[in-house]
Amino acid sequence: MTDRATKFRIRDLEISYGRSVALRRLSLDIFENEILSIIGPSNSGKTTFLRSLNRLNDLDPAARQSGTILLGGKDIRKEMSSEDLRKRVGMIFALPIPLPLSIYDNMTYGPRMSGIRDKGRLSALVEGGLRAAYLWDEVKDRLRSSALKLSGGQQQRLCIARALALEPEVVLFDEPCSGLDPISTAKVEESMLELKKNRTLVLVTNNTKQAARVGTRTAFFLSGELIEIDGTDRIFTAPADQRTNDYIIGRFG
Amino acid sequence: MRERAKQKVGFGVLLLATLLIVIPVLVIIALIIDKGASAISPEFLFSMPREGMKAGGIYPAIVGTLILVVVSIAFALPIGVLAAIYLNEYARDNWLTRTINLAIINLAGVSSVVYGLFGLSMFVVFLKFGASILSGSLTLGIMTLPVIITTTREALRAVPRSYREVSVSLGATRWQTIRHSVLPFATPGILTGAILSIGRVAGETAPILFTVAAFYLPRLPHSLLDQVMALPYHLYITSTQIPGIAENIRYGTAVVLVGLVLIMNITAAIIRARFRRKR
Repeated sequence: MTDRATKFRIRDLEISYGRSVALRRLSLDIFENEILSIIGPSNSGKTTFLRSLNRLNDLDPAARQSGTILLGGKDIRKEMSSEDLRKRVGMIFALPIPLPLSIYDNMTYGPRMSGIRDKGRLSALVEGGLRAAYLWDEVKDRLRSSALKLSGGQQQRLCIARALALEPEVVLFDEPCSGLDPISTAKVEESMLELKKNRTLVLVTNNTKQAARVGTRTAFFLSGELIEIDGTDRIFTAPADQRTNDYIIGRFG
Repeated sequence: MRERAKQKVGFGVLLLATLLIVIPVLVIIALIIDKGASAISPEFLFSMPREGMKAGGIYPAIVGTLILVVVSIAFALPIGVLAAIYLNEYARDNWLTRTINLAIINLAGVSSVVYGLFGLSMFVVFLKFGASILSGSLTLGIMTLPVIITTTREALRAVPRSYREVSVSLGATRWQTIRHSVLPFATPGILTGAILSIGRVAGETAPILFTVAAFYLPRLPHSLLDQVMALPYHLYITSTQIPGIAENIRYGTAVVLVGLVLIMNITAAIIRARFRRKR
């Protein structure tokens, strides 16, 4: 598994908010075309880690960060602008957050912000993104209607499609199914497995079964530390660390 | 059942408090309409005052107040909104911004006659604008800035943080995020601030007393450096300075002032509703 190309190389990452340390000296690699699932109880630093990969933590003036994160060999804080980084590394939030605009305008938001004006190009990105998120057939006849009128599951798939319209190399999912019913969850997972073919995915989830279903590899975080990372099969059948085992079988968390 | 009785008493008190607010407003409106409606006529609205304001109309005062409202809002709204955007979206939380915030809150509490004196010394005397629309509008604008800044900041804060996160996570810069994902959704709230300001600007007497208001000027202004008559000041002088003016002329002026503010508020509210519907 280690012979695969590395997408993200994270070394000695440490993040704190004021006095509380959210992540401690974390080092790991994320490979191309994998789904890395990150599991762990709440307050284990999973989301903080995810938000460091597209520099969303930078929005919080209280966040302090040290260590290095390389994307394709380049330091994401020194060798590229945050805007360029975020175009390459898309993000899906826990709650679906469509902007109060039409479906079409939600889809074209990212491309328009990066200066794409050509109508044909925009329409192609809209269709491509919606198809990849398995939403095209449901909304193709009402692209001009408000995104707020969609159901919760459709809204979350719209958010995925919206991130895909920028054609990112990496997509970060922050508990994307926490508010969704099982059928919508299945559709989201289906599109994740499809996306894996030509993208890298990082999935933070509170649902260990979801990690087991879609993860290529799984990492277990606890209290801001990486306890264990390995192939998903191995983590769920023969974890090396007792705490991983206890969490997976539901002894705590 | 005792809990239900308590609830009834509780809601009764709330209703009473609401009525206490509504009743004086209705009484005021009924009173001025009762005493002033007989004065309202096309001649009253659209002709110049005659015979030392004891006859004729109040046209120049209506026009003067409209001009003051438009010019002062045109000056205060952009500056106030831009300052609020800076304070809310860009400025770091340090002693300087905290001091500025404190200053804004205090400015809102300064009495209007102090603004009048400031306008006199700053614009009329020091900058040599004289008593003019320019001096008066700048004074009124400065008086209303704290209101506009405060309501704009509230409107910006009401836009969910998640919209900003979504926008930047789609590769937008901070300015693009403010321009496309914050301001459009804050516009109705910002307009509410403008509406509040219109009422205050139209109704205040003290700030225009020394800076623009003309006692008796039966013609329309030619430039921003002219003086104008204005409704609140006109009401003040006809009520206190000139003996023997018919009662219905005084109350008629009050009806026009209240009506004018109402019309401007309704217009702004319609614009606000348009913005809300556009989503």
